[in-house]
Amino acid sequence: MTPLVATPVREIDDDRERRDLERSWRSKPGLVGWLSANTHQKIGMRYIVTAFIFLLAGGIEALLMRIQLAKADNTFLGPDRYNQMFTTHGTTMMFLFAVPMMEGMAVYLVPLMIGTRNVAFPRLNAFGYWMYVFGAILLYWGVFTNTAPDMGWFAYPPLSGPQFSPGKRVDFWAQMITFTEISALCVATEIIATIVKQRAPGMSLNRIPIYVWSMLIQSFMILFAMPAVMVASTVMLLNDRTIGTHFVNPWAGGDPLLYQHVFWFFGHPEVYLIFIPALGFVSAIVETHSRRAMFGYPALVLAQLGNAFVAFGLWVHHMFATDLPQIGESYFTASSMMIAIASGTQIFCWIATLWSGRVKMRTPIYFVLGFIFIFVLGGLTGIMLASVPLDLQVHDTFFVVAHFHYVLIGGALFPLFGAFYHWYPKMTGRVMDEFVGKINFWLLFIGFNLTFFPMHILGLHGMTRRIYTYPSEMGWEPMNALATVGAFIILLGGIVFILNAVNSRKNGEEAGPDPWDGGTLEWATASPPKDYNFLNLPAATSRYPLWTDPKERVVVTGLDDTRREVLVTTLMDAEPHHRLVLPGPSIWPFLTALFSAIGLYGSVFKFSAYYVAMLGAFVGLVGWFWPRRREAES
Amino acid sequence: MRTASNRAAHDSKRLPVCLRHLRIAATTAYFVRGSVCAFARSQSVLDPAGPQSMHVFRLWSWFLAILTAIFVIVLALTAWALTRRHRGIEQEPLERVHIPSRETERKLLWTVGSGIAATVLILFGLLIASVTTGKAISELGNKQNGMVVEVIGNQWWWYVRYVNDDASQIVVTANEIHIPVGRPVRIRGTSNDVIHSFWVPELNGKRDLIPSRITDEWIQADRPGRYRGQCAEFCGMQHAHMSLWVIADPPDEFEKWKARQLQPAVDPSDLHLQAGRDVFLKYACVYCHSITGTTANGQVAPDLTHFASRTTLAAGTLPNTKGNLAGWIVDPQTIKPGNHMATLNLKPEELQPLVDYLESLQ
Repeated sequence: MTPLVATPVREIDDDRERRDLERSWRSKPGLVGWLSANTHQKIGMRYIVTAFIFLLAGGIEALLMRIQLAKADNTFLGPDRYNQMFTTHGTTMMFLFAVPMMEGMAVYLVPLMIGTRNVAFPRLNAFGYWMYVFGAILLYWGVFTNTAPDMGWFAYPPLSGPQFSPGKRVDFWAQMITFTEISALCVATEIIATIVKQRAPGMSLNRIPIYVWSMLIQSFMILFAMPAVMVASTVMLLNDRTIGTHFVNPWAGGDPLLYQHVFWFFGHPEVYLIFIPALGFVSAIVETHSRRAMFGYPALVLAQLGNAFVAFGLWVHHMFATDLPQIGESYFTASSMMIAIASGTQIFCWIATLWSGRVKMRTPIYFVLGFIFIFVLGGLTGIMLASVPLDLQVHDTFFVVAHFHYVLIGGALFPLFGAFYHWYPKMTGRVMDEFVGKINFWLLFIGFNLTFFPMHILGLHGMTRRIYTYPSEMGWEPMNALATVGAFIILLGGIVFILNAVNSRKNGEEAGPDPWDGGTLEWATASPPKDYNFLNLPAATSRYPLWTDPKERVVVTGLDDTRREVLVTTLMDAEPHHRLVLPGPSIWPFLTALFSAIGLYGSVFKFSAYYVAMLGAFVGLVGWFWPRRREAES
Repeated sequence: MRTASNRAAHDSKRLPVCLRHLRIAATTAYFVRGSVCAFARSQSVLDPAGPQSMHVFRLWSWFLAILTAIFVIVLALTAWALTRRHRGIEQEPLERVHIPSRETERKLLWTVGSGIAATVLILFGLLIASVTTGKAISELGNKQNGMVVEVIGNQWWWYVRYVNDDASQIVVTANEIHIPVGRPVRIRGTSNDVIHSFWVPELNGKRDLIPSRITDEWIQADRPGRYRGQCAEFCGMQHAHMSLWVIADPPDEFEKWKARQLQPAVDPSDLHLQAGRDVFLKYACVYCHSITGTTANGQVAPDLTHFASRTTLAAGTLPNTKGNLAGWIVDPQTIKPGNHMATLNLKPEELQPLVDYLESLQ
């Protein structure tokens, strides 16, 4: 074994090394090879593309709803279709778009940003992706057979219980939750392990890029939040429906409010675990394009951590109308308002960074500015919702619809589009067109505000949520028509983005490794990165390794390139600790997911299908962990 | 009794002094309120008609003014950050380091620090205002002369019962709640099926109606009028068609209304109306509806004893006219798809007497 040494960058140029790495990180050819792939760039990209398709699906559902609401007493969608649409829209955007998209971006970016070759558990990564795909198929199987869930994405019992939702719609929904939560837990586990143990030597905790911090925090949130929704949807609701338990069924002694508590204990952190990664995107974009080290790094990290903690202590503000004691409600008002302190801190830090940097007004910065406008507005209406008396008036009206679209589209989608423009060169090797990008931004920004701002006013004038129609005497028609027009402008913005992405892939300007002159490690390697990411693993000599003097940069040599070896470092200071051989491609994660899916689909119709799932998954796991001779010898 | 403006003056004293100058901004909320005129039939938070909703409205005005100011400040700061001509880092020889001078950093630290401190202070102010308002609203309820109305949510209509220790004084009706002006009314709510939410924005905020639980809320109307409300918690297929009216009458009119509601239905003397009554009693109507004074005693649908005194059909779906009623009886599933009313196979000649009979039930 060769010893590990830190070597100055300029001394390395080794063709043999490159050949060995290419051979050991190559995926197998053919369909089986495609299903077996487990490098993080491939899985991450699949997550991103799949989640984007569901963004479009959720968007189409939203447009159908907007057409229905554009005029009073409309009959475009009946009540049944409309209820299916808003449930599927919410479910798709939350579980099939937002969370998987953030996971996908992290799976792609985190190993690059911390300077390693793959995530810690590559096969688990592949398994998680396939579970997500199978869950999505289950929900959309329902959509295309007119059995999509129709009880709202929150599925409150007793409406979702056996008495009031007979049939399989709710079961499809609850089982889909199981799939996507398993997927999210897989990613969270491997992201935590990757960040904690595989950072580049020298990347001590205070040098981790802020985006990576946000993913570490988000992953821990997933570990605490996702089990709660599985308890709510699978243990309580699904069991009440399929085997007659009585957790939340009031006619069997259960408590419908118990479900709401457990669901929102997940449901509120859910929102934050969508937007905390987006805050990471914002930080990465701001520091890169304002060409300045982030102001207030510790404050930003602590603020995100604060957001994450407080997120678990304010679920009751979704339930103010259920008549809780006043003292308890005041506590949740206070904790809900605390979020504004953490969010405000971050906004101030970004503005300070922009103020003292040299901002290049490129498309990603446009999206960040759009984010500041929209997200601040949404955050301020959030403070209104934290107040019990105000919430009791606007709760479950279009005011709330406006609020959370401002927070989620403003807080997650705008940074995400900024991140697309920011990292597209890294992922494809070409820069997206700037001019079209700015058109894309303005269409989305104007369309968004036109769609959602009028909803504040509608809510104040009494328009409740989730109604499929309204009488013309209510006077809600003009604002609704305006919102529908806005929705189509958003659609136009989406089309422009897709055209830009497709066109730039062929005709875009060559990016080179570092088109923005960025400071973090993902810009230190080729665009798009090779399967092995870095020819030699980089070392981090500061918070922004690429902004340090090139003469001081060092890389690690001495890893065995003939197998998938990565460097494991220590938790606090990222000192090299040992080498780890990561598993190669395997078809078994896919097959395990497939077997589980067959069993879990079947269980919607017959409880005994769980046994099939168990058996199938057992076979899959045996194949997955079967020891290989070469690994055993080494 | 204190007037509304008196109370407004009294309340503003409780708010932090430093926020006084935002008073002007607060009044803009009143102009927003003016735009209510565009909304013909109001169901508006911005048009309060009782002390509870007035408290909320005042709190709303303060929140709106302060938070709008913050929004403008943050945007102005951002715009300034981007447009100012000399940026710190540009003045300093820092091409590779990407960190401004210590002095710039210290300046920023102070600015950001005071920004955060201001955020914390403002939030404390808002928190105190919010909790104080909540307390004030809850104190409005405990009045001696309060009256209790039980509201039970059903898919998709409202069962209404005026609670009284004397059984002969209990009024049962549906989808319309008459209340006397100026008297606090306690809405005691629950549900027979799924979770609903009682909301009449001009009188007070929402309260969920939850099966197996009883929830409470006080409303009060300070001026006579009709106030529209609507179910606010998604409750299934016809959630959109589950509205109600609260009708605030002067006390004497309310008493008159109540006295009439306590009477059983008048047995018709007219042959045509008698035929209508017989149609009603012959068909499945009686399994669900009741008309006091007849053998119809169903308990799962709205009580029809004084049906003609109500202004709407099917929980606010249609105005209560003979034409609408005929259409509703013949084909309820087209008007309100999924509702639980049975479609009867009436003979053509039976419809007119039935409609006339029901519309005679004053």
